Amino acid sequence: MPVITYSEALRQALREAMTNDPRVFIIGEDVVHYDSAYGVTKGFLKEFGPERIKDMPIAEAGYAGLGIGAAMNGLRPVVEMMTTNFAILALDMIINHAAKLHYMFGGQFTCPIVFRMPNGYGQLSATHSQAFDNYYAYMPGLKVVVPGTPYDAKGLMKAAIEDPDPVIFIEHTGIYNIKGEVPEESYTVPIGKSNLLRDGKDVTIVGYGRMIPYCQQAVETLASEGIDAALVDLRTIRPLDMEPVLESFRKTNRAVIATEEWTSVGVGSEIAARLYTEGFDHLDAPIWRVGFDEVPMPYAKNLEAHVVPNADSVIQAVKNVLAGKTQKIRQQ
Amino acid sequence: MEKQDLLADYRTMVLIRSFEEHCQQQYTRARIGGFLHLYVGQEAVAVGAIGALKAQDHLVTHYRDHGHALARGLEPKPLMAELFGRSTGTGKGKGGSMHFADKNKNFWGGYAIVGAHLLLAMGIAYSIKYKREVLGEADQDGVVMCFFGDGATNGGEFYEAVSMAALYKLPIVFLCENNEFAMGTPLSVHTSVTEIHKKASPFMPGERVNGNDVEEMRARALHAVNHARTEGPYFLEAMTYRLRGHSAADPQMYRTRDDINARRSGDPIALLKQKLIDQNLLTEKQAKQIDKEVEKEMDAVVQFAEESPAPDLSEAWTEIYSKPL
Repeated sequence: MPVITYSEALRQALREAMTNDPRVFIIGEDVVHYDSAYGVTKGFLKEFGPERIKDMPIAEAGYAGLGIGAAMNGLRPVVEMMTTNFAILALDMIINHAAKLHYMFGGQFTCPIVFRMPNGYGQLSATHSQAFDNYYAYMPGLKVVVPGTPYDAKGLMKAAIEDPDPVIFIEHTGIYNIKGEVPEESYTVPIGKSNLLRDGKDVTIVGYGRMIPYCQQAVETLASEGIDAALVDLRTIRPLDMEPVLESFRKTNRAVIATEEWTSVGVGSEIAARLYTEGFDHLDAPIWRVGFDEVPMPYAKNLEAHVVPNADSVIQAVKNVLAGKTQKIRQQ
Repeated sequence: MEKQDLLADYRTMVLIRSFEEHCQQQYTRARIGGFLHLYVGQEAVAVGAIGALKAQDHLVTHYRDHGHALARGLEPKPLMAELFGRSTGTGKGKGGSMHFADKNKNFWGGYAIVGAHLLLAMGIAYSIKYKREVLGEADQDGVVMCFFGDGATNGGEFYEAVSMAALYKLPIVFLCENNEFAMGTPLSVHTSVTEIHKKASPFMPGERVNGNDVEEMRARALHAVNHARTEGPYFLEAMTYRLRGHSAADPQMYRTRDDINARRSGDPIALLKQKLIDQNLLTEKQAKQIDKEVEKEMDAVVQFAEESPAPDLSEAWTEIYSKPL
């Protein structure tokens, strides 16, 4: 099986969808003349022409609305928001409109649209280094996918474009270049299905997106130290598929939740709550959560590295859980 | 304009007025909940402008949407049922007053976040052009008409919508109903450019029209729609006046009863009635007959809503997604 990058996997899915369905078109900031900020749609102008991929003004609400209106009228727009930081300028469009249209008009309209947006950081400081996964996962009417492997990136992108409802597709600049096995042929990964990546008996690590490669590293290191950790990749955070998580948790009775977000009131908070409410009888130790330290992202390299999670943070959390320590979330 | 058209317009305006008065009554009786934004005083704008649209054209509007729905030919019964929160409503009782819609009539709905729907309207217009030019659907020649108030022209969405509509030369008519108030804030307090059409003038042609004169409204809307169909976006600013409060629960501290009474001379229904009488197209007797017929129709409309069942509780969990999870 070919080994390709996460970015190339996304490109394959987008190219396939564009080739198979002329209703699919891409709009976004710097997707054409700049040739795509992170290179995912590089070369698409030549391949598909200027009507199928279009540079948008820096007016996030504007082109989000353009996409939603077009989706309502039967097209299949893929809207690239450049980054999640800019996408919050379009929150009203996504939350008050895309997410609600089908319901509030009694099922008359649908909104088959994909919003692509990467999280990420890299000495970009406070406004360019954020994660808002929870904002979207909070909202009935949206689907939120967060692939952490090249295989899932391709399969979930295909599924997202084919989905009849609005899908928020959260990528990460830190993993565009990770590599993995990806079939050349067409396939989809179902939205709303978590995936057990590794079985284990000592602790269940739950993560998604950028944290998956870190968790995979952590699991290997832990194994070399004799700790047998299971790893569940959520892949979708709305709708949330807790069953693989609970199935593993019922065996390990311990959990670490690794999400790259501010810990309080995050997606990880929901996973922890579900483990308590649905898995209470199996709980043998305090659950630990791994995330950003709760500060605005600093610029200096050492400060930034100090406040973001990585494989070591996951390893440390696992050891704390196994030691039965309680976690205190620091906000100040 | 043909005689029949003006009389038909008169009747539609009377229907809208009567529908709204019945809404007010039912709201007072607590049969209608939430916010109720009445269109009383602005009827000529909807009837004149929407009358310029063809069946293949599209309509997107704001939360004060009753008049637009009726002018587009939606049946009053499912509209009233929607207000009553009944399963026979246009949105099966899930949308309420601010979210009337009928996909079959290309009435894409009323939207309640001020200014936001201009962008959806722009997107629908974009899709029409895309279908024609990329998908090769030659019969795609529809125009989108998007209604909004003067209060919607200060936020960023307004400028994003007019700028992008001009950039892509979209088939869209932006129609501002300038009723001089953004909820309770007067025009001169909420905006620096009180001639609203001038705000769009760098982007597209436009004009200010008398929104209380259904004949002028129709004529200028026809011009605007033709322009949009053949050239690109057009802007209409319809001057009108809301004779009721912002919502049915508005104590109207921002104006006096005398202020309102002074504006009753501009009541579009009274103006049209007088015009029709002056032109011997209508008699007082015929006008009374129309009132009576509409009143009777409205009694049946309210009765339909009353007798319709409330949605089954299971309905709360349907249509969250178009394909159930």
